[in-house]
Amino acid sequence: MKTLQTFEPEPALGGLAHTPADRPEPILRAGNTNCGGCGMSIGWQLLSRAVADRPVQLVIPASCSIVTAGTYPFSAYGAPIVASTFASAAAVASGLAHAARLNGEKTRVLCWAGDGGTYDIGFATISAAAERNEDILFICYDNEIYGNTGGQRSSATPQNAWTTTTPGGKDVPKKDLLGIMAAHRIPYTASVSMAHLDDAHRKLEHALATPGFRFLHLLAPCPTGWKSEPAESVSLVRMAVDSGLYAVYEVFDGNRVRINIDPTMSDSALERYIASQGRFRKGHADLKALRGEIDASWRELRARAGWASEEATR
Amino acid sequence: MSAELISANHAAALATILAARANRTARGFGSGVYPITPQTESIERICEETFEKGHVVRVESEHSAMAVCMGFSLGGLRAFTASSSNGLAYMAENVFAAAFYRLPIVMMAVNRTLGPPWNIWVDHGDTLALRDAGWIQLYCEDNQEVADSVLAAFRIAEDRRVLLPAMVCQDAFILSHTMMMTDLPPQAEVDAFLPPLDLPHRVTARPLVVGGLDPPRETEVHRRQHQEAMNAVFEVHEEVRGEFKRVFGRELPPAIVPYRLDDAETIFVSMGTTAATVRQVVDAARARGEKVGSLRIRMFRPFPEALLRAAFAGRKRIAVLDRDLSPGLGGIVFSEVRGLADPGALVQNYMIGLGGGDVRAEHIERILADVRARERAGAPEFVEVGG
Ligand SMILES: Cc1ncc(C[n+]2csc(CCOP(=O)(O)OP(=O)(O)O)c2C)c(N)n1
Ligand code: SF4
Ligand SMILES: [Mg+2]
Repeated sequence: MKTLQTFEPEPALGGLAHTPADRPEPILRAGNTNCGGCGMSIGWQLLSRAVADRPVQLVIPASCSIVTAGTYPFSAYGAPIVASTFASAAAVASGLAHAARLNGEKTRVLCWAGDGGTYDIGFATISAAAERNEDILFICYDNEIYGNTGGQRSSATPQNAWTTTTPGGKDVPKKDLLGIMAAHRIPYTASVSMAHLDDAHRKLEHALATPGFRFLHLLAPCPTGWKSEPAESVSLVRMAVDSGLYAVYEVFDGNRVRINIDPTMSDSALERYIASQGRFRKGHADLKALRGEIDASWRELRARAGWASEEATR
Repeated sequence: MSAELISANHAAALATILAARANRTARGFGSGVYPITPQTESIERICEETFEKGHVVRVESEHSAMAVCMGFSLGGLRAFTASSSNGLAYMAENVFAAAFYRLPIVMMAVNRTLGPPWNIWVDHGDTLALRDAGWIQLYCEDNQEVADSVLAAFRIAEDRRVLLPAMVCQDAFILSHTMMMTDLPPQAEVDAFLPPLDLPHRVTARPLVVGGLDPPRETEVHRRQHQEAMNAVFEVHEEVRGEFKRVFGRELPPAIVPYRLDDAETIFVSMGTTAATVRQVVDAARARGEKVGSLRIRMFRPFPEALLRAAFAGRKRIAVLDRDLSPGLGGIVFSEVRGLADPGALVQNYMIGLGGGDVRAEHIERILADVRARERAGAPEFVEVGG
């Protein structure tokens, strides 16, 4: 029998998913029950590689990713995990981070939360931990719904998307959480694309190494809730980036904005992104209006980053 | 020892600071704090303190105050918070969670009326609403007992046979804001009384999920273990009382506190400061030759059923005074103790001092007359005491 300690590079993600260069075992172990093509699973593999041999403790609030752990006494996670109440990840992590600091331990304390636990119920707690500049890396894997409870809307759900509580499509747009977190003037805020591995890895490493409150946003396709093909999760993110829908950028100390990927603003990528997901079929997505909103948000982002406007460069 | 004229809030804070220091050679101390009248003074005093190994997080809500304490405790620190009334209601989800994680967090709870409409005075309904949260609950009668119970609560909660959080409850304003001479022991004595905390299930580098998913079978086991830990509290509490006496030279009150009970045929049952007023009436009745006594419940969780049953044996009339109301039922203390009396004994419930009314001897005398004149128990009685 093969022991768990010998790993062969997985063909997925060109061997990046797990290699002998990673920590002795992945944070997300094989045999977990996540759906096929789950963006959150891919996120774990990215994090696992960046964490490498750093000692970490993770706090996971109620969400799909705590179901991932499996039932007591088993664990699909190869790292110490505290399963917190839904709203409390950032507060529990604050306590753990101080406990480590007071005892001279190098442990990095992370929160790994869904959009519900971040944008909605956990928001006051996260805002407070950011204001206190707690030494926490908070990662929001955003599948744009309450996945665990069967796909209800959150304030991260995009406009026009069908969910079980917005059967006619959501009537208001997504909250700009990255902007809100950056406005806390925390040391580091960034969006992470799982379709751009080098950029993703660099950001995770930077976020892990930086002291103080850091916030990463990971667009995490959810084939089950998005009604998309499991095999297409990474390409969906690429389409979201290429179309300009998902802006990949980072903000240092809340004021230095750096755009990491200058998208082609592809209309066909936007069309394919919307057409590949059943959740937009019932919601009558208006591509023209969406394009207008994307362009407007990019004008704003470019201005914040000190870039010349698109019109001027073209 | 040095006696000081201080409020119960101040006393709780000083006791907590001593307990915090006592863990300086281990992993230290942590507190998550949020203000609410009438508890605020206690956390303000903790915020004024500089700890050699400790940290206080000023959070944005009670829900997070308990969550931060859970983080501290999971990291192996001695942890404390304080709250009251709506703060406890807001915190409730994490109050349960702290117990389910089996964390020996100590919370000082000032009993205050739940609102709206807002009322800042004493009522036990706030902590009694959390009686099923899996915490040890101690209800105090004076400032000395508050200070002593905070020290004892850490020792009981952290005992390996227990590992449960503990709530030290005290009456709003009557104690929280009233100055009484209170003895606080020197640090060396507290160091001798409180061993450094070594939490067996502290989160380390070991891959392990704390608080993940429990299928029914595991929950059955975990709930049974919770019950066993609660049952161990009686024995541990007695041991701790012995240790307390040995180290500090002072008595820590027992789980239920009797007063002139010996041959009493009619007894009062109460919690908190009501018992002090009851004692005056007992003395007056005894002077009249009436066989009257009092029983104060200090430990409400675990529920001292065996002790109460023994104390109720032979009593003919029991007046249960509740400073709380479970609408649609009556008094919560009454509902728990009524079944422990001898068959045929008359057990009558009186709701008195709801919303912080001033319970005076004349009100208790009226209850005594009522319970003695009754042929049978009736519906819970509301005794109005006014402002
Ligand atoms: C206080 C509280 N309210 C509601 C729930 C039920 N609940 C569990 S997970 C969840 C949704 C989680 O959504 P999200 O954070 O986006 O994570 P996902 O499941 O999508 O990964 C909800 C509503 C709960 N556990 N606790
Ligand atoms: S429901 Fe979505 S987020 Fe949850 S495990 Fe399945 S694919 Fe992943
Ligand atoms: Mg989600």
